[in-house]
Amino acid sequence: MSPLDTSAARSAAPLRSDLALIARMVDRGARVLDIGCSDGALLDHLIREREVVGRGIELSQRNVNACVARGLSVIQGDADTDLVEYPARAFDYAILSLTLQATRDPRRVLEQMVRIARHAIVSFPNFGHWQVRLHLTLRGRMPVTDSLPEAWYETPNIHFCTIRDFIALCEACGLEIEETLVLRNDRPQKGLLGSIWGGPLANLLGEKAIFRLRKD
Amino acid sequence: MSEQPGATAVDGAVEGAAEEAEDAAETAQQQARQDGLTAEFGGDTPMMLDCGVALGPFTLAYQTYGRLNADKSNAILVCHALTGDQFLAGTHPVTGKPGWWSQIVGPGLALDTERFFVICVNVLGGCMGTTGPKSANPATGEAWALDFPVITIADMVRAQKLLIDRLGIDKLFCVTGGSMGGMQVLQWAASYPEKVFAAVPIATAARHTAQNIAFHEVGRQAIMADLDWCGGRYIAEGRNPDRGLAVARMTAHITYLSEPALHRKFGRRLQDRRGLTFGFDADFQVESYLRHQGASFVQRFDANSYLYITRAMDYFDLAQESGGQLAQAFRDTPVRFCVISFSSDWLFPTSENRDVVHALNAVAADVSFVEIESDAGHDAFLLDEPEFRGTLAGFLNGCAEHRGLSFP
Repeated sequence: MSPLDTSAARSAAPLRSDLALIARMVDRGARVLDIGCSDGALLDHLIREREVVGRGIELSQRNVNACVARGLSVIQGDADTDLVEYPARAFDYAILSLTLQATRDPRRVLEQMVRIARHAIVSFPNFGHWQVRLHLTLRGRMPVTDSLPEAWYETPNIHFCTIRDFIALCEACGLEIEETLVLRNDRPQKGLLGSIWGGPLANLLGEKAIFRLRKD
Repeated sequence: MSEQPGATAVDGAVEGAAEEAEDAAETAQQQARQDGLTAEFGGDTPMMLDCGVALGPFTLAYQTYGRLNADKSNAILVCHALTGDQFLAGTHPVTGKPGWWSQIVGPGLALDTERFFVICVNVLGGCMGTTGPKSANPATGEAWALDFPVITIADMVRAQKLLIDRLGIDKLFCVTGGSMGGMQVLQWAASYPEKVFAAVPIATAARHTAQNIAFHEVGRQAIMADLDWCGGRYIAEGRNPDRGLAVARMTAHITYLSEPALHRKFGRRLQDRRGLTFGFDADFQVESYLRHQGASFVQRFDANSYLYITRAMDYFDLAQESGGQLAQAFRDTPVRFCVISFSSDWLFPTSENRDVVHALNAVAADVSFVEIESDAGHDAFLLDEPEFRGTLAGFLNGCAEHRGLSFP
């Protein structure tokens, strides 16, 4: 890559819709840690569009190198082990998008997030979705769906949960749920269906959920 | 740290090169002064060294590449490694070979000299024009030899800071360097955080490990065991500890490579012969290569400088300066860091580089960390590693954008 084609290296591809929804939860100019930042798409968007001070942690060295080469501040690291290093309240937002289910100790990761940041934003695939339930009920096999495409023996997702499971964990950890979005086809559901207060229905129809949390 | 790859291996060159080396070394300093830039310091106010000695006057020899922009904001200081020098790019005036970072520094390269003003200073204690043990002691008119004060990484950086001030540069856009150069980068960021916008320590550590000190001690003992070393007074005696210095270089050179790299380059291949000679000639290519490395090194490097600079690295422990907590060295740092390591480097392994990253995280510093996959060992930072170049260029671009840098 020539050092001059900065703009080409950072082409503004449209942001994945669930990431765009997360981005809207972040205040302008905030300090953000994106945990499991992948290729840096969300981080880049937040820095450009919302003028945040952004950092990333990513497990894959290949992704890290690509992020740094596009000018993002990213380190190779592991959500399970490396969050303890950061001082308390170092960030305004700690973001964990579709990564919680791949961590070894989701509860500890969540607790670390609300320690190092004023708000935690967490998104995850909902294992309570009707397709998952149907798959398991009718076929008696571990579900393989569009949003969960890997077979059980090769999936990095080792800690699945449903929306209701997650709410229970938040309660157990004493976390305040500030905002929730329940997604179907990557679009936020409106009214009761889109709210965790939709209870069993939201848990049945939502494919993914995004939670904004805090702990005082 | 090593010579450019592809150097021809020479049998028995250590012996043959002895006198030649003396003359070459003699003129090296002079030549460097002719071909490069120098600045004098400490004439009125000597510089206080960590060892408690006030040094002055002294000379810093340096090179610059590219042009300084109007507001003097595009300067990058490159800090060289143990046996490197200020000649980054272009043809080296002493060796006639390309500069040690000519893959990285130049028009259109990662450190793009069409955009950045790149400075490299021969370290204090060095032998390529900067004052060191080979220079004349003003008190006696003879070479300092072991009367030269022991210098530290922090002393090297203090001296560089004087030059940066003299050049009228208020804030360096970036300080970078590999190995001992990386130690200087960390020292710059710790000592003068407000004077550095970005820091790229490469293949380095915040302290020299016991193993690294051990290897250095072997090198120093090899030099001091050479009868021609004369207790350090070889210049006054008209001699030069070529054999000792060559052995020191050979040992060190092994630490700059990796077993896979040695295997790939040489394997067990024989040097210009059909079979084993049942003697102690350099039967194997790897032996011949090492002998060549030793022989060519003594032509450009001063043995006492080697003692002093290895000592400076051994003494380096940035955490110790900050009450045992490395993170404290970087508290509230405004510097943007990019730490880079290489997967096969066992001299400054990824774990040592990662310790720096951990410390920076502990103070929530702005840090990137990249490990480059390479089998070339520690020397990878001197070689043409595309992913390394891309990372460096990308990080600098991001910083330039962030800083709103204007280019000449």
